[in-house]
Amino acid sequence: MRPTLNAVLILEDGTTFHGKSFGYAGSTAGEVVFNTAMTGYPESLTDPSYEGQILVTTYPILGNYGVPPRREKDDVSEYYESDHIHARAIVAQDYSWNHSHWQADRSLAQWLEEEKIPGIYGIDTRALTKLLREKGSMLGKIIVDGAPDPGFYDPNVENLVAKVSCKEVEEHGAGEKTVVLVDCGVKHNIIRCLTRRGVKVVRVPWDYDFTAIQYDGLFISNGPGNPDLVDKTVEHIRKAIAIGKPICGICMGNQLLSKAAGASTYKLKYGHRSHNQPVRRVGTDTCFVTSQNHGFAVDSNTLPADWEPLFINMNDGTNEGIRHKTRPFFSAQFHPEASSGPKDTEFLFDEFINLL
Amino acid sequence: MEKTEIKKVLLLGSGALKIGEAGEFDYSGSQALKALKEEGITTVLINPNIATVQTSEGFADKIYFLPVTPYFVERVIEKERPDGILLAFGGQTALNCGVELYQSGVLEKYGLKVLGTPVQAIMDTEDRELFVKKLDEIDVKTIKSEAVDSVAEACEAASKLGYPVIVRAAYALGGLGSGFCDNEEELTALVEKALSFSPQVLVEKSLKGWKEVEYEVVRDRFDNCITVCNMENFDPLGIHTGESIVVAPSQTLTNEDYHYLRKLAIKIIRHIGIVGECNVQYAFDPESMDYRVIEVNARLSRSSALASKATGYPLAFVAAKLGLGYGLFDLRNSVTKETSAFFEPALDYCVVKIPRWDLGKFHGVRREIGSSMKSVGEVMAIGRTFEEAIQKGLRMIGQGMHGFVENKELKIDNIDKALREPTDKRIFVIAQALKNGYSVERIHELTKIDRWFLYKLQNIMDTSRELEEYSTLSSMPDELLRLAKQQGFSDFQVARSVFKETMVNAQTASMEVRRHRKTRGIVPVVKQIDTLAAEYPAQTNYLYLTYNGSSNDVTYLHDHRSIVVLGSGAYRIGSSVEFDWCSVNALMTVKKQGWRSVMINYNPETVSTDYDMCDRLYFDELTFERVMDILDLEQPHGTILSVGGQIPNNLAMRLDAEGVNILGTSAKCIDNAEDRHKFSSMLDEIGVDQPRWRELTSMADIDEFIKEVGFPVLVRPSYVLSGAAMNVCSNNEELERFLRLAANVSKQYPVVVSQFIQNAKEIEMDAVAQDGEIKAYAISEHIEFAGVHSGDATIQFPPQKLYVETMRRIKKVSAKIAKALQISGPFNIQFLAKNNDIKVIECNLRASRSFPFVSKVLKINFIDLATKVMLGLPVEKPNKSAFDLDYVGIKASQFSFSRLQGADPVLGVDMSSTGEVGCIGDDTDEAILKAMLSVGQRIPAKSVLLSMGTPKQKADLLDAAHMLYDHGYKLYATGGTCQFLADNGIPSIRVYWPSQPEMQPQALDLLHAKEIDMVVNVPKNLTPAELSNGYKIRRAAIDLNIPLITNARLAGAFINAFTSMSLSDIEIRSWDEY
Repeated sequence: MRPTLNAVLILEDGTTFHGKSFGYAGSTAGEVVFNTAMTGYPESLTDPSYEGQILVTTYPILGNYGVPPRREKDDVSEYYESDHIHARAIVAQDYSWNHSHWQADRSLAQWLEEEKIPGIYGIDTRALTKLLREKGSMLGKIIVDGAPDPGFYDPNVENLVAKVSCKEVEEHGAGEKTVVLVDCGVKHNIIRCLTRRGVKVVRVPWDYDFTAIQYDGLFISNGPGNPDLVDKTVEHIRKAIAIGKPICGICMGNQLLSKAAGASTYKLKYGHRSHNQPVRRVGTDTCFVTSQNHGFAVDSNTLPADWEPLFINMNDGTNEGIRHKTRPFFSAQFHPEASSGPKDTEFLFDEFINLL
Repeated sequence: MEKTEIKKVLLLGSGALKIGEAGEFDYSGSQALKALKEEGITTVLINPNIATVQTSEGFADKIYFLPVTPYFVERVIEKERPDGILLAFGGQTALNCGVELYQSGVLEKYGLKVLGTPVQAIMDTEDRELFVKKLDEIDVKTIKSEAVDSVAEACEAASKLGYPVIVRAAYALGGLGSGFCDNEEELTALVEKALSFSPQVLVEKSLKGWKEVEYEVVRDRFDNCITVCNMENFDPLGIHTGESIVVAPSQTLTNEDYHYLRKLAIKIIRHIGIVGECNVQYAFDPESMDYRVIEVNARLSRSSALASKATGYPLAFVAAKLGLGYGLFDLRNSVTKETSAFFEPALDYCVVKIPRWDLGKFHGVRREIGSSMKSVGEVMAIGRTFEEAIQKGLRMIGQGMHGFVENKELKIDNIDKALREPTDKRIFVIAQALKNGYSVERIHELTKIDRWFLYKLQNIMDTSRELEEYSTLSSMPDELLRLAKQQGFSDFQVARSVFKETMVNAQTASMEVRRHRKTRGIVPVVKQIDTLAAEYPAQTNYLYLTYNGSSNDVTYLHDHRSIVVLGSGAYRIGSSVEFDWCSVNALMTVKKQGWRSVMINYNPETVSTDYDMCDRLYFDELTFERVMDILDLEQPHGTILSVGGQIPNNLAMRLDAEGVNILGTSAKCIDNAEDRHKFSSMLDEIGVDQPRWRELTSMADIDEFIKEVGFPVLVRPSYVLSGAAMNVCSNNEELERFLRLAANVSKQYPVVVSQFIQNAKEIEMDAVAQDGEIKAYAISEHIEFAGVHSGDATIQFPPQKLYVETMRRIKKVSAKIAKALQISGPFNIQFLAKNNDIKVIECNLRASRSFPFVSKVLKINFIDLATKVMLGLPVEKPNKSAFDLDYVGIKASQFSFSRLQGADPVLGVDMSSTGEVGCIGDDTDEAILKAMLSVGQRIPAKSVLLSMGTPKQKADLLDAAHMLYDHGYKLYATGGTCQFLADNGIPSIRVYWPSQPEMQPQALDLLHAKEIDMVVNVPKNLTPAELSNGYKIRRAAIDLNIPLITNARLAGAFINAFTSMSLSDIEIRSWDEY
């Protein structure tokens, strides 16, 4: 048997799961969430939307293909979704101590250790997921043998968007047209998807008043936490609506655009946390498999008369995107930039660029 | 197309099970029929495979037990006038037939709509040249190959591409006629063979060592696409996917890799225009993101059946609905019932598929596995670690292996070579290599298997070493025992590693482990397969067991209202779809009678493992350990062992010892029938005759016994299914050779020698009894004389040539045996009859291979009756007997010798057929003609090669030879036969054996020149010269796809049939019209 430290995962309701430690051998706490994706742990761990969260992977075997190198290309990470791990810990049934992939330059455990992120395996992640599904998300802490109890930590009392957003204005790519990207915790692939299409991206902090900038289009990124804590951004979006240049949003961006339009959001009974969420473009027979990670949704019934749903979820009928009936504003609750997940909706970037 | 236009649909089945086309198409066809039925559409099914579930009452409205060939399909179309036809559910057989009907204009003539993928799209994927061109249009890379139609062109192409090359035949199922060639000599041999199956052969550069990855893709007519599952082969490219261990989902692909190939798959399916389901196979470079598309199957396939079972997504059902014009958005996820069918399943477990080979059953066959398929079945194992899944799977294949480790040591002369040149034993060679200290790196170099898989196997080996450090259970840390169980170790493996040589009785030692771990709280948990990895709540009954978990997904009521039915496991020679039919029918009766039906089985090709078929499905092992785990949880009212063939039957005594309520015949009586000594003394007691036999432990004893009974004798080990390692020996030389090769005679390994009665009829009694009284029975006769395994024999029911006296005696003896063994449930007895003398040769207290056949011909469901008996319900004797039938059923066997390079296609006491058909006709001639055409025989056009065996066999075939001559056939004959024919006034052209190369004409040359349309080659005896000459002729016939019959009685019956009536005389009647 491999000499490994024991570790426990304790949920706020007292449920305890015994497992073994891998990666960083320290304790941590956060909000426990799951995702049913079968691939993409390097992308998920670095996704700023997981800020403050302990990620449970339902696919039982983790770490198979190691971790790709930390490299930058055009000022963004080449393989990751940000420059460091945002999740507070990762939980799996089984960890592959030996990995195999030509791109990998180290194992997941090594990477976690470097970034001081604990991992725990040997956990019945299916039982855990069922629990999280029914209770919504729960706070939890991982205590590794010999490390102190960190106590519970609730990331939702913090403004997580403020925490993960860039601090200064940055520029990416080049092109005739300028897109302002409001960084609420943007995944690097959104930047890549935009710059690949030949536009200049001006990435601004979440609370930055971008209306002073000359831009051709506005893009509102994904981000962690509760949309109700990001009112400042909503105010700026309202101004942008008045300016009238094309607007597009993703995930948190969808919720913020909706709020700016006057709609409200609510917490879902069963959050969408997977690569296999079916959405249908409203009024068509066209459907897409999408990557999603959200617990809040826009209430379509509260959309003002000049707005309408653009996509709906085919499983539970919840809102998956909105658009203005006459003006060039639309957004998606899912992730057209994928990474990780299916890329079937990447064309939305084209639709946005074509509006500019 | 409007859904409402379609009122009647024709579905083509895949015919008999064969290598490359097996039970998966019973599953897909059954699903399609279910989908159509739901729409109120009338269904017509053509499938001669009478043992399938799809050809049972309640599935299709009209069933035709006819060959799936253009001629017969057209005649059914002419009669039934359907509106639509489904081609994608009957494998390559149905697809090829459909394409021919399309090309010849038949579909258009009758205004028949092809539902689902258009025929043009099918042709675009089947014809390699068109396929490459089609994918070139969208810049998708394929393996560039040169299409050739001659050997010379092939050699030229190969020298251009550079060796090694791979050769593929177009329009061929399961890689038939395909293979790798390292030089021109190998290429010439292979291309010649491939050209006999297919007009076109492809030569392409080999990409050995690349990963092989598949995606199952679904598209509706609105252009919505999903990939339901991806799968990765454990074995790298070069080994046919049907020969590979396959893992789902892929394990070594990153998110980028996964979605890159997924996106391509969708691009391809859109461009080709599939409506329904298809499978895209890739070669994927392990060192970059370079890829090649290997092939696209525009139909349901073995992989799609596996994907359905691996994910819970009913691909065939959905594909049928899409064929009717539905969109994916119209359909619901049939597991959750609430979410959409437009989604991609998320797995929270790992699935491993392992092929089951039966190469040991054949003489002369090559053991290497490669680009052509040889396996006869497969298993699917589910676990929450790879180690757990693969160890389960290696037990499931049922070839005496206990998992990856703790097996009997293999004798391997050269491990490097055995790793480099894979055989059916490759995985165990890896075990041996690891044991001998080979590093993962070294094994990777030799096998090109991805290191990730090898690391996992190394984990298993490490744990086994650690277990071996202990010699008592009590000294072993719980944590280690738990780890072992999490890595899929069975109680037996733990016992062997701990007790080592001190383990005397494996069963008691395993029980000790079981008891120990239960007291330590080390027990498995039950998990659901819900397609969404628990993201949404799901009421699913699709279950498996794992040690990687801490809580059960299922709440047990323990109300003793369930009945557990044990299934039949992997399809293999001797046990296949017929036991699936039995299992499914038992489940249906259990349910109908108000009990909860519970199934345990692990074969992804079956209908019994469709979670729609029962109230609870445990997709798990049929070992004593796992069955007890499930029974401990389930606490059923009772367990049925008698409908799944020999695997469940063998568990009877051990389950009984644990107090399991076995429904039907008691375990003690099962043992009395299985144990040769007990059975024999019982027969003596009740005055029933049997061939004389003795269990012997030395050569001297054997000689003495043979002096008493005389040659020939049948030599075999005890407790066998389908005659493994059995042989008939006609003289001392043969006996010694066989015993030297096949068995060590010793006190520990006794040999059973029985008197072999020549020229005797073999008769089957299939029956159901209640408390020792026969309630229903069916007596059928073999066309061949005894000596051909009953699984290979051609069987006629009701018998047409049995004395009434013989029938009466068989009934009487059967009644005596049923009473003596207090049978309650299904049973089968095999008899020998010569004159009116009958002897019992075998008795099985379970359903037999012929149960579906006799049930369907007689139209009395024997399994329904047997299940009622086992449930303790009163059963009336059916008011109908075989004497009332004014038609005849013939069950004929399907052989797959063409796939088994080198195997001698001769029939003997060891079973070698892979499937069967059953056809009904007004008389023997009509039924046999339908049946023989259904198993791929053809009516010869003009010439037949005869070599008719011994004088007795020659005499038997004389009438048939006359008929051939009278009907204008040109006859070729080998020496003795030619002389015999001449003596009887039949002219023939003498041909020469390969052993007389100086003489002309040579039989082999004529075969190669396609001068001969059918070969009748009856081996005279088993002398090396006879075998070698005959072997070359037989093998050439198989390799050149020329119909071959090796049994005089069967040849006579077939020749009689096709000379007495013509194709157009065959009546097109559905099952219900008889």
